Amino acid sequence: MEGPGSKHRPPIIGGQFEMTPTRRGLLAAGAVTTLAPSLPRLSRAQAANTYRIGVLTDMSGTYRDNTGPTSVICVRQAVAEFAAQGFNVEVIEADHQNRPDLGVSLARQWYDQGIDLIADVPTSSVGLAVQQVAREKNKAVLQVGSATADLTGAQCSPNSVHWAYDTYMLAKSTGAAMVKAGGDSWYFITADYAFGHALERDTSALVRASGGRVLGSVRTPFPGTTDFSSFLVQAVATRPKVIGLANAGLDTINCVKQAAEFGVTRRGVKLACMLLFITDVHSIGLEQGAGLVLTESFYWDLNDRSRAFLNRVKPRLANVYPNCIHAGNYSAVLHALKAVADMGVPAARASGTELVNRMKAMPCDDDCFGPGQIRADGRKIHPSFLFEVKARAESKAPWDYLKLLQTTPAEEAFRPITEGGCPLVRS
Amino acid sequence: MDDIFGIPAPLLFGQLLLGLINGAFYAMLSLGLAVIFGLLNIVNMAHGAQFMMGAFAAWMLLAWFGIGYWWALLLAPIIIAITGIILERLLISRLYKLDHLYGLLLTFGLALIIEGVFRNEFGSSGLPYRIPDALSGAWDLGFMFMPVYRGWVVIAALVLCLATWLIIEKTRLGAYLRAATENAALVQAFGVNVPRMVTLTYGFGVALAAVGGVLAAPIYSVNPQMGSNLIIVVFATVVIGGMGSILGAILTGFTLGVVEGLTKVFWPEASATVIFVIMAIVLLARPAGLFGRA
Repeated sequence: MEGPGSKHRPPIIGGQFEMTPTRRGLLAAGAVTTLAPSLPRLSRAQAANTYRIGVLTDMSGTYRDNTGPTSVICVRQAVAEFAAQGFNVEVIEADHQNRPDLGVSLARQWYDQGIDLIADVPTSSVGLAVQQVAREKNKAVLQVGSATADLTGAQCSPNSVHWAYDTYMLAKSTGAAMVKAGGDSWYFITADYAFGHALERDTSALVRASGGRVLGSVRTPFPGTTDFSSFLVQAVATRPKVIGLANAGLDTINCVKQAAEFGVTRRGVKLACMLLFITDVHSIGLEQGAGLVLTESFYWDLNDRSRAFLNRVKPRLANVYPNCIHAGNYSAVLHALKAVADMGVPAARASGTELVNRMKAMPCDDDCFGPGQIRADGRKIHPSFLFEVKARAESKAPWDYLKLLQTTPAEEAFRPITEGGCPLVRS
Repeated sequence: MDDIFGIPAPLLFGQLLLGLINGAFYAMLSLGLAVIFGLLNIVNMAHGAQFMMGAFAAWMLLAWFGIGYWWALLLAPIIIAITGIILERLLISRLYKLDHLYGLLLTFGLALIIEGVFRNEFGSSGLPYRIPDALSGAWDLGFMFMPVYRGWVVIAALVLCLATWLIIEKTRLGAYLRAATENAALVQAFGVNVPRMVTLTYGFGVALAAVGGVLAAPIYSVNPQMGSNLIIVVFATVVIGGMGSILGAILTGFTLGVVEGLTKVFWPEASATVIFVIMAIVLLARPAGLFGRA
């Protein structure tokens, strides 16, 4: 549950306050706008040569550490590395508080105010909603934080690209590995919104396809559930070999902690954290996290290029290492800027569809994900990696948390383009 | 195996027990709120933040000073109570003569600031805090696995609730407190230092929230949102129980925990909403709450 405050807290937009039509909101906004700087006014010539990026993310809720400020830092890193290409890039940020209504109104306002590209947009319900706005306004959106594979399936759009990961990729890597290791009967604990549903659906399909069974699932209210013991006890009662956690962030962390407390794993039931980032492992701690398997498409200690990226971005980071969403924001924005440079700022600003088309036409390559490409349905493809969380004794350095178990090559990591039902593919 | 409404009986017992454990947190927090509202007439919206500060204090004591759980259980509430007392002296005490709304707005604003500061410092995904060795492990009750720590939480909460109720209803100090809320000037005339008593009462209410935070630290991840997740439910508890009624807060807290636990079995999706449905019904039928005096 969001705090009582979030309903009335005026969201920050580029240093200004949006006036929500509540009296308290108006009072608070009125009190602060006088102190806050407004968007810089640009001359006509400057404006024509400036590309504007808005990072719409979760700055205050459950996904803050997995996205949030570090996503913004990584976007700025991409912009800094792209400097001196003959045009200006401006980055602003806002907190959507994981609320689709707020996300949509911020996106609409941003696009109307001349923001050309929105990046990150965690929380699938918000991601899907903003995808619609971008299409309606013919602007561009880089989906990085959202997980649902529907973004490049039935709800795909010519104005968006989906980077870093999706529910299908997670199901394919973690799900298949668990079934292969003998975990052939599953029970799901699912966050009750678009993301949880998509993750449960994709993982169930994969478990069944690999010869496993799904015994049932329980849907937990999101946000607002902190005690999962009741759901864990219900899950164990069906005697599954695997409990699939189709949730993320704090929900997953609480599930893992409470599963240890209630002896779930000691009874031989395995936990499959369908979405777990290195940032979550950091807060679970290696004592309770050791042995968990997870899928990410980026890890700082993967190869020389990933370590080089980390060393470049590290001075900007506040005691946190990037996960695949953070790296995805860097990679996606870098690629978008290459496309902008290629077609010229006025053309890129004029049509989000054209920008995305240009991005699809150009091969991708960066330090985080290596070479890759964007498919017609908007899916950026690259390999995915199955990791196991190290035990404390194996961890030699700060954030040395993961060891690689297996790699799924780019061509197999994501849902085949013909199976997603994306209308762009048929045409 | 016998079924009750299609649910195996052992599973249902397990859920009742888990509901009672969550109820213990609701009871402890709503008790603090009820004490503060009953005696100070302040709707303490910062209660959730103070619960969270209690958990963070326990974490800091361990991580920075190596002070373990048992000492934290004593020290964290004292530290947080002192911050509460400073707050009361500096800010809240200026609002007693004004409408409830001002106290609500002030403490609400404070809660947002406190949570924001902790979020900036510690991030949102939380910090690990281990269950103390003496309370780790679990009993196998046959129908479910019962962690020792959760049993401890229920016992600790019951003892605290009962002790608070006894102090306020049965002791001379409690009588002074109750008298001061009825007629502060008269009690002051008898030589009782009413402002100091009120300050200490606020400190006590805050300490209750902090104890709850320390008890919660090993179960939930210690994170800045942990209070705001609970506080709305706790407010509903206080409203259902009757604003300011100590006994009402305790009984309603445990009852709602159980009701919520059962909802998690029969209709999991509604488990976050059921308490507010009950609140709406109670407010329609008995606007003063179940135990309130209209």
